[in-house]
Amino acid sequence: MKVGLFIPCYMDALEPEVGVSTLKLLERFNLDITYPFDQTCCGQLMTNTGCQKEAAATEALFVKNFAYFDYIVMPSGSCTHQVRANFTAIEQTEDVKHVRRNTYDLVEFLHDIIRVDAFPWASFPYKVAIHYNCNALRGLRHASMSELREPYFSKPKDLLKKVRGVEFVDLERPDECCGFGGTFSVFEEGVSAKMGQDKVIDQYKSGAEYVVSADSSCLMHQKGCAQRMKLPLKYVHIVQILNGDLQ
Amino acid sequence: MSVNMNLNDDALQHETEPKGAIINGNKPIDQLEAANRFILAQAHEKMHDNRLWDLRKKRDAQMHLIPEWEELRQLASDIKEHTLEHLAYYLEIFEKNAKANGIHVYWAIDAEECNAIAIKIMKDHKTRTLVKSKSMLGEECGLRHAVEKEGIIVIETDLGERIQQLDNEDPSHVVVPAVHKSRTDVSRVFTKTLNAQAGNNDIHYLAETQRETNRPYILKAEAGMTGGNFLVAETGAVVVCTNEGNADLSANTPKLHIVTVGIEKVIPKLEHLAVFIRLLSRSALGSPITQYTSYFRGPRQQGGEMHVILVDNTRSTRLADKQFKAGLKCIRCGACMNTCPVFRRSGGLSYGSTYAGPIGLILSPGYNKHKFRNLPFASTLNGSCANVCPVKINIHEQIFTWRVVLAEKGELSFTKRVMMQAAGKILAHPSLYRAAISNADRALKYLPHFLVYNNLNTWGRQRDLPFTPKETFHSWYERNYMKKGKVHE
Ligand code: SF4
Repeated sequence: MKVGLFIPCYMDALEPEVGVSTLKLLERFNLDITYPFDQTCCGQLMTNTGCQKEAAATEALFVKNFAYFDYIVMPSGSCTHQVRANFTAIEQTEDVKHVRRNTYDLVEFLHDIIRVDAFPWASFPYKVAIHYNCNALRGLRHASMSELREPYFSKPKDLLKKVRGVEFVDLERPDECCGFGGTFSVFEEGVSAKMGQDKVIDQYKSGAEYVVSADSSCLMHQKGCAQRMKLPLKYVHIVQILNGDLQ
Repeated sequence: MSVNMNLNDDALQHETEPKGAIINGNKPIDQLEAANRFILAQAHEKMHDNRLWDLRKKRDAQMHLIPEWEELRQLASDIKEHTLEHLAYYLEIFEKNAKANGIHVYWAIDAEECNAIAIKIMKDHKTRTLVKSKSMLGEECGLRHAVEKEGIIVIETDLGERIQQLDNEDPSHVVVPAVHKSRTDVSRVFTKTLNAQAGNNDIHYLAETQRETNRPYILKAEAGMTGGNFLVAETGAVVVCTNEGNADLSANTPKLHIVTVGIEKVIPKLEHLAVFIRLLSRSALGSPITQYTSYFRGPRQQGGEMHVILVDNTRSTRLADKQFKAGLKCIRCGACMNTCPVFRRSGGLSYGSTYAGPIGLILSPGYNKHKFRNLPFASTLNGSCANVCPVKINIHEQIFTWRVVLAEKGELSFTKRVMMQAAGKILAHPSLYRAAISNADRALKYLPHFLVYNNLNTWGRQRDLPFTPKETFHSWYERNYMKKGKVHE
């Protein structure tokens, strides 16, 4: 199984340790992993602003880098959603279709593809609130959604339950958007920050010690709000718990 | 830090009500500017967020009581889609059956024609006073103002809508038009306009004041007007749903009943009505049904007249547009507004458009691409709106599509355009990208711009900046894997 690893641009630059955890965790499962060296970004920034023309070359580069893998894996639900649902600025060749079909977010990959049943090396004896990135939740279906009448499920929770000691706490508004929204966070700064503040207050009131998510981008925003408000919350990517990095 | 976790009612009653977007001809509405003012009124913002979130919670509770909820939504969506596919056919059936019931039917191509027809009917009946129940179509057409210009007194009979009328403000929400106002805000309006006791902000007193002052108008009005939630083609009837019974008062007290209604409101049969009635109020307010569901099948006996004006006003253009046609399925329940995290924190008036919130983001640019070009960006594309929508409109996907359409039509702001061109170029070229973030110094200088796609100040005003590590993942990988020959290729 040839696996191509994609590390999102903001993670590459601002949270490299999450990228390292991802690579180290995947290495534990005897996979043939490659990090294509010429990768840049998934193009979400341009796509979400409506700029298809400007996104095309970045999408093409992504496909060129990843067309030769059986699976493309990345520690981000949001970037996965971009590739799977929104890579439409370029002609839909066989390569493009292959890449879109075989791109998985790390949680999905662990949960649905290689079906990891234990993380014996990890323990995390803390109170944890899960944050669902909206693309991961409503686009990739990481979990059941509070707006629909459907049976409860949560892939991130399933994985975390396999780590010793994790205790879950519930939020008052379990899947309310945190207001990051990519460029929304800067173009619509006032509303974005207000949403972020409300989100971290909800997390704080829940009694959580850690907030965990499969997306670093939302966390960056929430952490920025929580620190400014001097709330004692810690923010970690799910892979850091699964790989036992925080012990 | 300015965030207050414990705002109390006292603070709310003392805080000045935030006003909506600044409207300046055809200039693009600056939704964010108005939203920022709304957020600054902390107690109002909090009240608004809580009130609407409460409706969302009640809606969820109702949903959990109905095992077939998702099937109902699918059914409602299918019925609407089918009807839209055959819209002309069902409208003609409606017209035929309504006429057979003794209803006068008119067709209006746009707002102007709708208003002109309504005014003519009223003049023909020597109308001096019109009592009117809430209608979004009426708002869309500027009907009240057009009628008032003719010297006819117009009285809104819905409490919230009346408050907004007296305050000279548009409704801020399709179902709860004054949801952004506190008791004190209402009391101030009533003191100024209805001679209410200054400082008495008791809600029962306020409601009673409105009722007492409205009743005489209702009794003497020569004409009554309602909108329509549904038109049943099979029976030629108009269905109006309200919680105050004010549509019945408006329609039944005067001899003349005028209905203005959008052409997309038609449904084929009476049996289909049940599907929508079960969904409407549950989605809107989290109550099983509206207090009044009135079924007007013809004029009142003993000299009554009923006139129905079927209004297009861009609907047929939308119908022909594959990308945005589904917006016509909307039954104006407001659930998408209640769930929208941006709407709850911005207030409906910040959108500067008849239709606010998620449905407003996709309907408004259809009326005016330039004026409403910023609205599709007032969203995080989180998708909650589409999930609560009882007729399953793909709202967030349409918001996204509008962005593409606006970019193609040159309606992106200058900043967005320039940034996206630069980003598109750098991200497509690994060497440019790497050079841009090649060492810690450059990265520090460059990254915030690049990664948050704007300047430092915007991110950092209310949020701490992310910590900038010494090296990128990329160079870590190069150091630890490439140089040690660990690359699996
Ligand atoms: S778009 Fe859907 S949720 Fe929003 S008002 Fe219309 S019917 Fe209701």
